[in-house]
This record gives sequence, structure tokens and C-alpha cells, in this order.
Amino acid sequence: MAERIIKLPDVGEGVAEAELVEWHVSVGDLVREDMVLAAVMTGKATVEIPSPVEGEVTWRHGEVGDVIPTGTVILKIKTAGAEDEEEPEAEIPASQPVSLSMEPKQEPAAEKPKLAPDIAPLRVAAAPKTAGVPHGAPRAEGEKPLGSPAVRLRAKEAGIDLRQVSGTGPAGRITHEDLDAYLGRENGPGMAARLQPNKNIEEIKVVGMRRRIAEKMALAKSRIPHITYVEEVDMTALEELRARMNASLKPGKPKLTILPFLMRVMVKAVAEQPGINAHFDDEAGVIRQFGGVHIGIAAQTPAGLVVPVVKHAEARDIFDCAREMARLSDAAKNGTAQREELTGSTITISSLGAMGGIVSTPVINHPEVAIVGVNKLAIRPHWDGTQFVPRKMMNLSSSFDHRVVDGWDAATFVQRLKALLETPALIFVDE
Amino acid sequence: MKEITCKLLVIGAGPGGYVSAIRAGQLGVDTVIVEMAKPGGTCLNIGCIPSKALIHTADDFHKAVAMAAGRNAMGIRAESPAIELAKTMAWKDGITGRLTMGVSGLLKKAGVKIVVGRAKFRDGKTVEVETETGQQVIRAENIVIATGSAPVALPMLPFGGKVLSSTGALSLTQVPERLAVVGAGYIGLELGIAFAKLGSKVTVVEALDRILPLYDSQITQPVAKRLSALGVEILLGTKVKGMSANGEALLAETADGEERRIAADKVLVTVGRKPVTDGWGREELELDMDGRYLRIDDQCRTSMRGIYAVGDVTGEPMLAHRAMAQGEMVAEIVSGKRRNWDKRAIPAVCFTDPEIVSVGLSPDEARAAGREVKIGQFPFTANGRAMTLSSEEGFVRVVARADNHLVLGIQGVGVGISELSAAFSLAIEMGARLEDIAGTIHAHPTQSEAFAEAALKALGHALHV
Repeated sequence: MAERIIKLPDVGEGVAEAELVEWHVSVGDLVREDMVLAAVMTGKATVEIPSPVEGEVTWRHGEVGDVIPTGTVILKIKTAGAEDEEEPEAEIPASQPVSLSMEPKQEPAAEKPKLAPDIAPLRVAAAPKTAGVPHGAPRAEGEKPLGSPAVRLRAKEAGIDLRQVSGTGPAGRITHEDLDAYLGRENGPGMAARLQPNKNIEEIKVVGMRRRIAEKMALAKSRIPHITYVEEVDMTALEELRARMNASLKPGKPKLTILPFLMRVMVKAVAEQPGINAHFDDEAGVIRQFGGVHIGIAAQTPAGLVVPVVKHAEARDIFDCAREMARLSDAAKNGTAQREELTGSTITISSLGAMGGIVSTPVINHPEVAIVGVNKLAIRPHWDGTQFVPRKMMNLSSSFDHRVVDGWDAATFVQRLKALLETPALIFVDE
Repeated sequence: MKEITCKLLVIGAGPGGYVSAIRAGQLGVDTVIVEMAKPGGTCLNIGCIPSKALIHTADDFHKAVAMAAGRNAMGIRAESPAIELAKTMAWKDGITGRLTMGVSGLLKKAGVKIVVGRAKFRDGKTVEVETETGQQVIRAENIVIATGSAPVALPMLPFGGKVLSSTGALSLTQVPERLAVVGAGYIGLELGIAFAKLGSKVTVVEALDRILPLYDSQITQPVAKRLSALGVEILLGTKVKGMSANGEALLAETADGEERRIAADKVLVTVGRKPVTDGWGREELELDMDGRYLRIDDQCRTSMRGIYAVGDVTGEPMLAHRAMAQGEMVAEIVSGKRRNWDKRAIPAVCFTDPEIVSVGLSPDEARAAGREVKIGQFPFTANGRAMTLSSEEGFVRVVARADNHLVLGIQGVGVGISELSAAFSLAIEMGARLEDIAGTIHAHPTQSEAFAEAALKALGHALHV
């Protein structure tokens, strides 16, 4: 029997540590080559660690949520030795830099951690998978549940379909304890007819993307004194223009939503107020005003909130903005967005589309100083001086870092957005 | 005669029927069972039990003959052994008599009413029974059809005279000098081997090109070897044509088209069994069929509400222990318990020489199911206990999933291996992995050590080979 040590690999971004977000194996599991052992998260990307060998997991280090330095030994896998008749010489390849010894002192801390050459290519995914069953190889789709006759009988009598119960035993066998756990969770089927207090408390560990979002939000709200300013915008003219442009699109041009217009408007507005398109490094006491306008677009994905960034919006026309935004939001949603596509924004738009409500209080994407929230567009009565007329109205709820943006400046910025949006011709001319 | 009304009526008191009735009685279900012959069915009266009595007799006699001939390595000498088959039959009848009495006693103890006679459905809730004292009508909320199976006859060899079914062979009072056996399935070979050991010149005619076609050739190989040692002639790929005009010989045509005359005093036809689906009023019901069997679901329910079927009438494998498990389950369902058929394996045993056991999937079946498998096989030549029994022929084979070592099937061939079927079945039913079997202490010196060794072999580290 030989033992292979699996270290947390350097995932290639020069980061020194990664957060363990999911274990796919537990001690005693048999793993095959290329089977995913664990998932770790660095920055905003999740990286799956595949097994370089076939064998049995004998040791595991770290719990989900732990931040682990790269190079740390996280798993030991016992591989078939010489006595295995099918693979008589399944020895560790010479190229494998990992020592066979379990002594940690033989792994000098200064040694630059590097990927074992025979480890299969890392698979990168932005969205962590939903946390699976903690123990045992999960049962494959369509496979008969495995349990002793006594377990099967108990399940039958309790009206439980064993296919719904996860097995923690060897080979995914369902034990009496698994059944107890399931029964505890179910709290008895058939009881639903009667109303009763639900005393269940489910503890969900905040890990991975959710933890990162939580940290960012707490940072923004605790550091930044927000001022939120809401103004209504008459979008009737812009909507007419947008409908006309979409109706006569040239082939290859993307369909336009409101957001590309807003992006162009913001580019114009910040050109006059560079203090809005800035980072406030409060620890260094420095404000960095950016020439480039890199607009983050807060987007909902199955895994949570991500903010893909349209870089250099000032250098993109309205169609280019639309195209880039569509590409990024697709990438974010299916988890293929690269780390650099998810960082580096200088100002952010928050839009919930039809869910936008009347007013919102957007949280600034630290260390930026402004965020523009788009509320729902609706036809509302508008007093034109002599009568009420139906107009397409939309509110903008925008937050600013009040430490560096005064109320007057905030209002000026929003009024400028309003003026441009209400007279869309101004977006396309140099004043 | 006054009508009987009950909650459960069972038709047929074979293993499926009587177990169903006993269990229902235990659960307090008002139960009636109808049987036209003796309780116990084919199994107790003309099948499993009497054939094993004959096989045991033949084994002992054959050993005595070998001792008398000086062919005994252990140094036992005997002189002129003889067999009085009529006495054997009386002894055998004594056993079946005790067992059928035992079944009647168990039924009575469980509070089940026994009605003797032939049952016939009048409708889905009513059955008429022709008893010695007249017609008895029974109305029941639930009915279990457990009518069993019967030997298949060949049109050119109808039963009667020289031509015997297994039932006839089990009541012979003289050992036939020359016995022709048609069909090399497990019944034909069990009885053929027994008569060969009793002194008959046995010829087995099989239309297919192999013996025991339900088992793989690796596992039947020791049986083929033994048949040859016993002087049993096996004609494979050979079709029977009928009896010769003078009735002296069985006529057959070999695979090459050659005509064979097989001189025979008795001809035993064992070409399979057919479900008894007629003679009990099936035409009065609307029962869906599944081929020649009654169609049932995983609770043994037929297509008609309140009518269940168990045992051979519901299909393969036609085995008593399957029928018993079905019968028990149906009784519990009728009593209001939630049950369904969730057995992972039904063991199959051939009482040939040597015996064969198969539980779960064979290597080929597992591969056909798309599994990557690990196989471990341990020979009895390396087992001490087998040596002391001078029974070194055979092996135990374990088939497991390659990925998680879950045991999918266990097969074995060897003298007395039928008793290991318990361990094999338990392992599969409990969801054992190779490590579970390898990690269980198997008593030394026993043949069961071969089981643990086969598991170790599959894991790559058998100790004794």
C-alpha cells in the first residue's frame, strides 16, 4: 500500500490561501482518478481539486469555511500497492514532488507550493455547487437504494421512499441513523394537514460566495456613511427612441435595454464630476479619481450577487456597451466569468429590472463612492401644467459616500443624469 | 352446505399458499386455505424434499459401493452393499408425511381453516370447492392464487408407462437398469446423478449445447466432470423423437443429424415446469397475463382488486423460497401492513454433485448491466476442510462493483455448498462490500473460509492461494 498526499494547490492567481467551500469525499471513501475531491474558492472563482490517483481517503484536513494556505496537506489517499494483482506496479511516479513521508517538517514552509505535474487540469467555475451530502459516495441517479432488510422494512412502515434518504454508510448504504435523521427532518409525513408550530432551526454555514458577499456588505455599510437620493425621471422620450432603434436594428447589433443608455449618460455626467467616478482609500486617506469609467453591473446568479464590470465605458458606443454587458452577464450567470471581469469597477449600477420597486437604498460597492439604483419603469400620471398626462416614469435611487461626496454634488450628479435621460438627443451630441 | 365468509382465501397449500395462510392467521386475519391434495404442495410431496431424500440415499449408497470396490482413500472397507429402493421410498414417504402433518398443524395453530377439494372461481370474490361431502362456497374479501406449477410433457413422450415425470421417478421402487433423462436442467441432472449412483446406466439428452443452461460454464464445469466420472452419458444438441416402435428405446437425433437409439427401461422427462393457470376458473376472471404467467405487481397484486398471486404461477424463478417470501408479504399486506417486494436477491441451488449455489449477479450479468466489476474466486483445493471431506472440487466466486466494492453476486460450486447459500444471501441482502466479508471471521476449519478468501482475492490479497 502506498500513500499519496494531496496539497491545496496554487490555483494560479498568486494567492496564498483559499477558502474550502466543499468536501466531495470523506475518510473511507474510495476515489477514482479525476474524481473531484474538494472545492476551494479564491477571489470570486471556485476551483475544484481532482484526484490524481485511485485509492481510499485515509485522512482529511480542514472543514468547510476554513481558509487554508496553499501547499497545506488536505488529504491523504491510500493507493493500491504492488500486491494488487490488477495493477501490479501502481507506484508513485518519479515526477511527483510530494514526499511519501507524513512528517510535516519534510515539507519546508518556504518551498513554493506548486501543482503536482500529474494533477489533472483544474476546472474553474464561478458558482460553487450546492453543498452535497457530507459523507459517502452519493447514489447515482436511478440506482437502487442500499440498506439492510430491517432498514427497508422500517422505511416502508414509516411511508418513506428510501430513494429520498441519503446513505452515509459504506458504498452509500442507508443506516438506521440515516433513517432517524431523515425522520427527524421530515417530522412525520402526513402530519402536514394539521397546523403546528415548527420548531426546526436549520443552521446553514455561511461559506464561499455568500461569505464574501456578507463581508463586502458589512464593510461597505460599517465604513461608508451612505446618503441616498431619489429622483424621478420621465423616460417617455428615451423609450420612444429606444423602441425605434430596436425596430430598425442592423444585423449584428444587439438589442438595447435601458442600461446601455444609462451607462452612456453616466459617462457624460462623471466627465463633469470626476469626484463621483472614484475610489476612496480610507486607510491611506486618498481619493483616486479615474479617467476610465468602469461600470459594475450588479447581477443576480444562482450562487448569489456578482458584479461583472464593463471596462472603459467611455470608449464604447451604446451598442458596444450593450454587447459587452450581455456577454458579461451571461458569463456571470453560467459561471465562466474570469476574475478580472468581476473586479476593477469605479462606479456601479444596481438594477432589479421589473423587480426594481419604487425606491431602493443601494449599498455602495466599496471602495467606490457612488452607486446608481434603477427602479421600476411604469406609466404614471404627470401634471404637465394644465392636465394629467400618462408618462413613462422611472425613479433612480442613488447612494453616495457622504464622507467625500456632499449632498449638493450628489444632487447635481443625479439631476444631470435626469436631464440627459429626459432629452436623449443630448446623449449623442457633444455639448 | 353453508357458505363460508372470510377475509382471506388462499388457493393452494404449497410453500407460497401455506406460508401466506400461516402468516395471515398469526396476524389475526380470518383465513381459509383450499388444497385438493396434501398440504405442502410440489415442494414437500413430490419435489424439493423427496428428491433430496433420494439424493442423500444415492450418495451414501454410492460411497458404500466405492468402499466395497476398494476405492476409498480413507481406508474404509465394506462388503457387498445393496439398495432396497422400496425401503428408501418408505423412509422418504415417512419424511414427507411428517412434514405435511407439520404444515397442517401449523395452519391449525394459526387458526386457519383448511378445506380439502378442488377450488374454482365463480367470480372475483367467490370460489366453489368440490369437497368429498359436496360443494362448498367460500366468499372472501381477498384471494391468493397459489396454484403452483406442473411438469411439462413432450407431445411425443406423454407421461405414462415407461415415461416418467419427476413425480414418477421419486416413487420408483426398483432402480432401473437403464435410465434415459430428457433435459439437462437442474431437475434432470439431480435425479440423473442420483440414479447413476444407485446403479442405473444413465444417458442424458439435451437439446441445447450445454448442461444447466441457466448457469455459466465455469460453474457447471465441475458437475460435467463428475457426470463423466459417474459414467453418465450426456448427449448435447440432441433432440428426442419419441419411443421406438417396440418401446425398448428412446429415439433421438444428434446435432449431426445422426439417429440414436437409447435403450432404456425408464425415460425421465424433465424439460421444465409450466404454471397451473387452468382448471381453477381463470376464465371467470379478468386477469392480465405476463406471457404464460399471471401478471403481478411488486405487491403480488393481479390486475383484479383483492386478488393476489404468489409462487410458480407468477413466473420465474420457480423456487419454493421465492413463493414463501411472496406469501408472507401478501399476508402482511392483507392485514394492513405496508409492504412491497424489495428483495435484492433470490438464491438458487442445484443439488447436483457437486452442488451449485448462485445468488445475485454472475460476472457476465454484472457486466451486461454496465458494471465494472472485481471478481475473486477461491478454489476448494486450497481449503483444508474440503480436503478432509475428500471434496476438493469447486470454488467460491464473489462479484463486486469495482468502484465501491459493493457485492453484486456470489456463486459457488462444491460438495455441501448449499448450506453456504445463507451467508451468500445475507451478504447481498445487507449490502455488504468486499471488505465486510473479508473482515468477518469465518470459522476454521470450514468450507466457509473459501467465502472470505474469495472476497480477499477480489481485494487483491487472498491469504491461502
